[in-house]
Amino acid sequence: MSNDIILETRDLTKHYGGVHALEGANFTLRKGEHVAIMGDNGAGKSTFVRQITGVEQRTRGEIIFDGQPAQFAGPLDAREAGIETVFQTLALADDLDVPDNLFLGREKTKWDWLGPFRLLDYKAMRDATMAGLEKTAVKIPNLNNPIRNMSGGQRQCVAIARTATFHSKLTIMDEPTAALGVQETAQVENIIRTLKEAGEPLILISHNMRQVFDLVDRIIVFRRGRICANLRKEDTDGQDVVAYITGAKTQPEYAEAE
Amino acid sequence: MTTVSEASEKKPARGLAEGGAYQKLLAFASLIMLLIGFSIASPNFMQTSNMIAILQATSVNGVLAIAATLVIITGGIDLSVGTLMTFCAVIAGVVLTYLGMPLLLGVIAAIGAGALCGLISGTFVAKMKIPPFIATLGMMLILKGLSLVISGTRPIYFNDTPGFDLISRGSLIGEVFPALPIPNGVLILFIMAGVAAYILGRTVLGRYAFALGSNEEAVRLSGVNTDMWKMRIYALAGGICGIGGILIASRLNSAQPALGLGYELEAIAAVVIGGTSLSGGRGTILGTLIGALIMAVLTNGLRVLSVAQEWQTVVTGVIIILAVYADMVRRGKTG
Repeated sequence: MSNDIILETRDLTKHYGGVHALEGANFTLRKGEHVAIMGDNGAGKSTFVRQITGVEQRTRGEIIFDGQPAQFAGPLDAREAGIETVFQTLALADDLDVPDNLFLGREKTKWDWLGPFRLLDYKAMRDATMAGLEKTAVKIPNLNNPIRNMSGGQRQCVAIARTATFHSKLTIMDEPTAALGVQETAQVENIIRTLKEAGEPLILISHNMRQVFDLVDRIIVFRRGRICANLRKEDTDGQDVVAYITGAKTQPEYAEAE
Repeated sequence: MTTVSEASEKKPARGLAEGGAYQKLLAFASLIMLLIGFSIASPNFMQTSNMIAILQATSVNGVLAIAATLVIITGGIDLSVGTLMTFCAVIAGVVLTYLGMPLLLGVIAAIGAGALCGLISGTFVAKMKIPPFIATLGMMLILKGLSLVISGTRPIYFNDTPGFDLISRGSLIGEVFPALPIPNGVLILFIMAGVAAYILGRTVLGRYAFALGSNEEAVRLSGVNTDMWKMRIYALAGGICGIGGILIASRLNSAQPALGLGYELEAIAAVVIGGTSLSGGRGTILGTLIGALIMAVLTNGLRVLSVAQEWQTVVTGVIIILAVYADMVRRGKTG
């Protein structure tokens, strides 16, 4: 394997006590590739993401990110390494405005010798926000508007725009359109296309078959904590994917795990 | 749904101030109306000496309310601000009167003790995951008890520390402008308010206070050490209570160990009247200051009108309920 692999997991496993939420996941993602992760509720999709993004600590297995073995102590570690995640529950603070949310946890500051009282550099954050929004073609009328006053689509766009602002190496989206209307979903999908054109790799968790086939190159199916299929978009269709999700089919190379 | 959100986009937004702007305006208007009403009702009300008495009465409650505001913005609550104030006053008494240390050391000890107690409350809340209400209720009782134990249930007087009473009762402004003898306690309150407003609006700590109250999970997912920041904010609030302790001790020229219970509710009332949301994420120091002034004007005005003490308490209760209701009506409208 060459160095065009951005993320690889080997035997990635997570047990919550006796519950085997994720078992032996072997996964690779190439640079510029968009991959969807599908599966029923509780199939292990979100658990998989939580191990990669350092939100939880894996039980065993390896994560190789950007050529380096990764051991993220927490979400900030993962973000600093270049993994940007849009969580299922929007990780936004409703009472803060757009730049504040984009820079939450990574504020640009002045006078750092003041420690916890160091000053926020509003102007720098605002400028970087504008640049990031431009890159993702996200239009937000008023940056100083608290997130609370925005529509679901705009909020999701803000969450996604973090990716562009911080030049991440990998974007992970956990059901980014689950709570959105038709127009707003289209807006988010357009941003995803923009990321694709820019060659930014993406892992998309989605239940939306149409969306997955519209947007990604490859589909990974999880079932009961295990990967049960790795399908190129051209070689499959919706019915086929459903068969893997429900357990009617399992690819031979994953069969021994059943 | 789209039309609603588009309509709200067009509303002029004022960032962090926007949340409490309406309530603050309402509170400010109420304050002005109270002032006008009481002046009409009694000629004694609008006297310079009475106005200064009102400000003096606001100073301690105002400082405690500022401390409470910081914690409430994070989505927490601090019931221990009153007894912590007393505890810090007693500590100052021990250091100054019992140990005979210099004045500055007493002040530092009081503020330090406040910050330490705040840090302990913060540890209960952040690390041990005890709900803030319970954690600070426990702290309130612990500190009340400790104040009585340390002082032997007797007041500690500061007669041996010349100048201590001037911290609150002296008037630097009065020395420069004799016509305006505003006590130092009030000056300290306004300086504290300015500093606290600056911290909330401009610093990382302030940003995290709002973010924590807004969506703690989001802050955690953003990689921020939420426990540590919460502890820092509680410690800062505790330190401010320490300053409150110095102010009250200076005003009474003694540390009264039995005092303090009830102050926390007055402080929280001021915060709420000032438009800070008890569910966190929204609030301003200016609002709190106005809230504290309303409480003081009300108490003073009713006293000037010779309304019985019992009824003053009733009116205060009604005001708190009305203030919170007004806030909820506003929120119901904007969804």
